[in-house]
Amino acid sequence: MRLHPTKPELTARRVEAIGFQVGLQLAERYTKERPRFGDHLEAIKFICKDFWAEVFKKQIDNLKTNHRGVFVLQDNRFRWLTRFSLDAPTSGNGASSGEPNPANAARASQAAGQYLYFPCGLIRGALTNLGVPCAVSAEVSALPACSFIVRIKG
Amino acid sequence: MPPNSRPGDAVFANVERVNAELFTLTYGAIVRQLLTDFEEVDEVNKQLDTMGYNIGIRLIDDFLAKANITRCSDFRETAETIVKVGFKMFLGVTGTVTNWNAEGTECSLILDDNPLVDFVELPETCQGLYYCNMLCGVIRGALEMVSMRTEVKFVKDVLRGDEAFEIRLKLLEQVPEEYPYKDDD
Repeated sequence: MRLHPTKPELTARRVEAIGFQVGLQLAERYTKERPRFGDHLEAIKFICKDFWAEVFKKQIDNLKTNHRGVFVLQDNRFRWLTRFSLDAPTSGNGASSGEPNPANAARASQAAGQYLYFPCGLIRGALTNLGVPCAVSAEVSALPACSFIVRIKG
Repeated sequence: MPPNSRPGDAVFANVERVNAELFTLTYGAIVRQLLTDFEEVDEVNKQLDTMGYNIGIRLIDDFLAKANITRCSDFRETAETIVKVGFKMFLGVTGTVTNWNAEGTECSLILDDNPLVDFVELPETCQGLYYCNMLCGVIRGALEMVSMRTEVKFVKDVLRGDEAFEIRLKLLEQVPEEYPYKDDD
C-alpha cells in the first residue's frame, strides 16, 4: 500500500486514522484516575470539557443533541482554524467585510474541511476508548468556528 | 553567564506551544501509519525524511520571523543556531555541536533529550528504523531555503541502544544567492 497524494479520499482516511490513534491514547491517559463514565452523555461531556481543554486549551462552546444518538459539538474559535485564510474571494469584498456570502462560506467549508479529518479522528478515537463507538464528521460555517457531529453507533 | 548564552530561551518563552503529549503521540501515530502503509523500514525512513523536508522549507519562515537572530557568519554558527535556537523553539530542548571536520563543513548535532521518543520503544520488526528521521528532513529543508545544500542523517539513536541521538550534518554546497529581479521588470 502506498500513499496517494492525488487521491484525497485515501489521504483523508489516513489522516483520520492517525487522529484516531492519538485520540485513543490521549483518552487513555486523561482518564487514568477517573471513575468509569455512567453513560454516553457523560463521556461526550468529558470530551467537551476536560479533553478539549487539555488538547486545545479551551472548552467546546456549545453541545447539542437530538437525544437519539447524535451530538453536535460546536467550537466558536477552533484553534487549528484561527490562522486559516482563503485565496481572494470570488466576488467583491464579501470575505473581508465579514458579511455572510454563501459562495465563500461553501468555499471555506470545503477548504477547511480537509484540515478537520485529524480532529474528527481524535474525537472518534477518544470516544472509542471510552466505550462509545461512533462516527464523527465536521462542518464549517463561518471560520474559525466549526462543529463536530458525533453519531453514536448501535 | 552572559545574558545571551541561552538565546533559545527567550524565543521559546514567547512562541505558542502545543500540548506536549499531543505532539509526541501525533508524531508516533504518523510513524505508525507509515509503517502500516509502506511495510519496509527503509522506505519509512525515506518518507519521514521527505515529510520533514516539506516541513523544513516552510518552517524556516516561521523560524526567521520569530527567532530574532542575525545572519550566521559561517557554518559553525549555523550549526550552533540550529541546536540552541531551532531545537529549543520547536522541540523545547537544546543540543550540542561536536566532531567538526578540519574544513568546518561537517559536524555532529547531539541531542540527549528528545520529546519525540517519550513513550517509544521499538519492536524487533523495526530495528532498521530511524524513528526521528523527520528531523533530518526538517534541517535539510530549512537550510536549503537559506542557500545551503546539506546532507543530514542519523548516526546514533537512543532507541537503537546508543547513549544519545547524533545527527551528522554535512554542508555540500553554499548556493550563491541570486537576485533575479531587476528594478525595471
